[in-house]
Amino acid sequence: MAIKDLKIVGQPVKLRDLDTHVTGETVYYEDIRVPRMLHLKMHRSIYPHAKILNIDTSEAKSSAGVVCVLTHEDLPGKKKYNGLAGVGVGPEDESVLAFEKVRWKGESVVAVIAETPKQAEAAAAKVKVDYEELPAVFDIMEALKDGAPVVTDHWPNNHYIFPDNHRAAQVRYGDVEKAFAEADHIVEDVYQTQPIEQAPLETNGCIAVPEGGDGRITVYSNTQGLQFSLDVTADILGVPTSKLRFIGGTVGGGFGGKVDLQPEPITTLAAMRTGRPVKFKYTREEEMRVSSSRSAWRVEIKDGVMNDGRIIARKITTYQDSGAYLRFSSYGGMKHCGHMPGPYTIPNVWIDSIVVFTNRTPSNAMRGFGVMAGSFALEVQMDKVAETIGMDPWELRLINAYREGDMKSHQKEVEDAGMVETILAAAKLAGKQLPEEFQKMSSLDRKAG
Amino acid sequence: MASRIVSLKVNGQNEEFIVGALTSLQDILRDTLNYTSVKEGCRQGGCGSCSVIIDGELRLSCLTPVQEVDGSEVTTLEGLNQSNSIAALQQQFIDKYAAQCGFCTPGMMVAIQALLDRNPNPSRDEITEGLAGNICRCTGYLPIIKAVEGVVAEMSGASGD
Repeated sequence: MAIKDLKIVGQPVKLRDLDTHVTGETVYYEDIRVPRMLHLKMHRSIYPHAKILNIDTSEAKSSAGVVCVLTHEDLPGKKKYNGLAGVGVGPEDESVLAFEKVRWKGESVVAVIAETPKQAEAAAAKVKVDYEELPAVFDIMEALKDGAPVVTDHWPNNHYIFPDNHRAAQVRYGDVEKAFAEADHIVEDVYQTQPIEQAPLETNGCIAVPEGGDGRITVYSNTQGLQFSLDVTADILGVPTSKLRFIGGTVGGGFGGKVDLQPEPITTLAAMRTGRPVKFKYTREEEMRVSSSRSAWRVEIKDGVMNDGRIIARKITTYQDSGAYLRFSSYGGMKHCGHMPGPYTIPNVWIDSIVVFTNRTPSNAMRGFGVMAGSFALEVQMDKVAETIGMDPWELRLINAYREGDMKSHQKEVEDAGMVETILAAAKLAGKQLPEEFQKMSSLDRKAG
Repeated sequence: MASRIVSLKVNGQNEEFIVGALTSLQDILRDTLNYTSVKEGCRQGGCGSCSVIIDGELRLSCLTPVQEVDGSEVTTLEGLNQSNSIAALQQQFIDKYAAQCGFCTPGMMVAIQALLDRNPNPSRDEITEGLAGNICRCTGYLPIIKAVEGVVAEMSGASGD
């Protein structure tokens, strides 16, 4: 059967909402029309690290159009959360509204709810917070040094502690040190990536609408993690999830940038307190400065390589900048571990994937969480290995590419291997001439070619 | 500065409002008239998602104080839908997969219509320039450019690819 005969595989699939995208009729969360809607604006920390001495909301409360002002004292349930607590990730280390300390510049401190966005913004600017500024740390390697400022009490050494008291998510396979001693070449380097803002065209936001009588609240949200948002909101508000109805829909771009679960809990609380619909929409500035970005990564790779191109050992130490709080970083760090050492069969592998805390904006998912920085580091390293031993980089990859049934460093056999065929197809498209024995290589048979 | 009465013809309808000095056209279109195709991606003139046509010219409604365009004719995507003038372009967008999340699409539609109104046979460079004020974060732009080229080819009688 040819692909052209298949109904689904290999056939283009039309987007469900493409027809209404082109007419402008697709309904995004803020296209919902609700009468008597209030608007929430956040007063945010102006320091990356400071003790909160006093929060004075009196002037904000008496400002024109203000209906409600919320601080950490108004939180009815939990004061701290982690978006993945519902699936067993923790601890819950992030303040919903800051108390005692702020740990990054832009952290939520006081929510102001008013009749119009402008009134809410003007009043939020009138909140007065007295701070005692503390030393801050912005670099992962600085954060791990003795005597560095401690970002949160949960992590006395500024790094996450994985289950079983490990400093890192780890892979241990074979004996890298022994293999390094036997290798013809040692190739090492350090690869770093910067934080990247996902920058969806539609910023983070939601509208919470009280449904009257029984205290039920409907939340229209553009979150990418509707179930997580529902769980976290119920937890923070101390209400059963049956009291909340979360409605998602078409999201105006996410790319991982809408899993912070930040707007929903506080907006829902505001709707509960005021009895009126409340909207909280990030400004573009908030989206860029406050919403989580992709994290900064530092990947250190040391390879032991033979003259014939075989990589016999790979040792990787990775540092991920989580910013001030955990969010989903431990998940990203483990996923990174699962992605390394790349699509290559290497008999000796050692990986440490470390999540580091700094006083930067908390980071989170973005397209290929933990994977993009890993692939970047790995493939630049592969080119460097090829250059070092004087081998064609395509040939080096074909020699090391995993084959069906190979044992991976994660102690799983390779299934459905297609790396060799993918490289050969790419070479053809790129007009790359490979020697005949390489063209005959196969994922199904290491001896082929 | 004082509020005053402003008259506009929006998508063929005569409208009248009392507006403050700096009330943006975007707020009137979205919140007062419920033309929700006018998207709000930045409110600072950076993304093009709020693009509208004012008296035949492409403008950003977020940076346009309503008082400054008193007496003007304003067209949003809803207006273009009414006249059915962009059906071919919409079909090209569907055929070329020129939208993913769709948030930039209404602004793109309006910007392309404005481009084709002043230049019915734009080159690829002219298309790129015509869309320079509209950000898309999903498609990588190429399908959008191909959709425009498709509609240009149709209009000039040649068959699109």
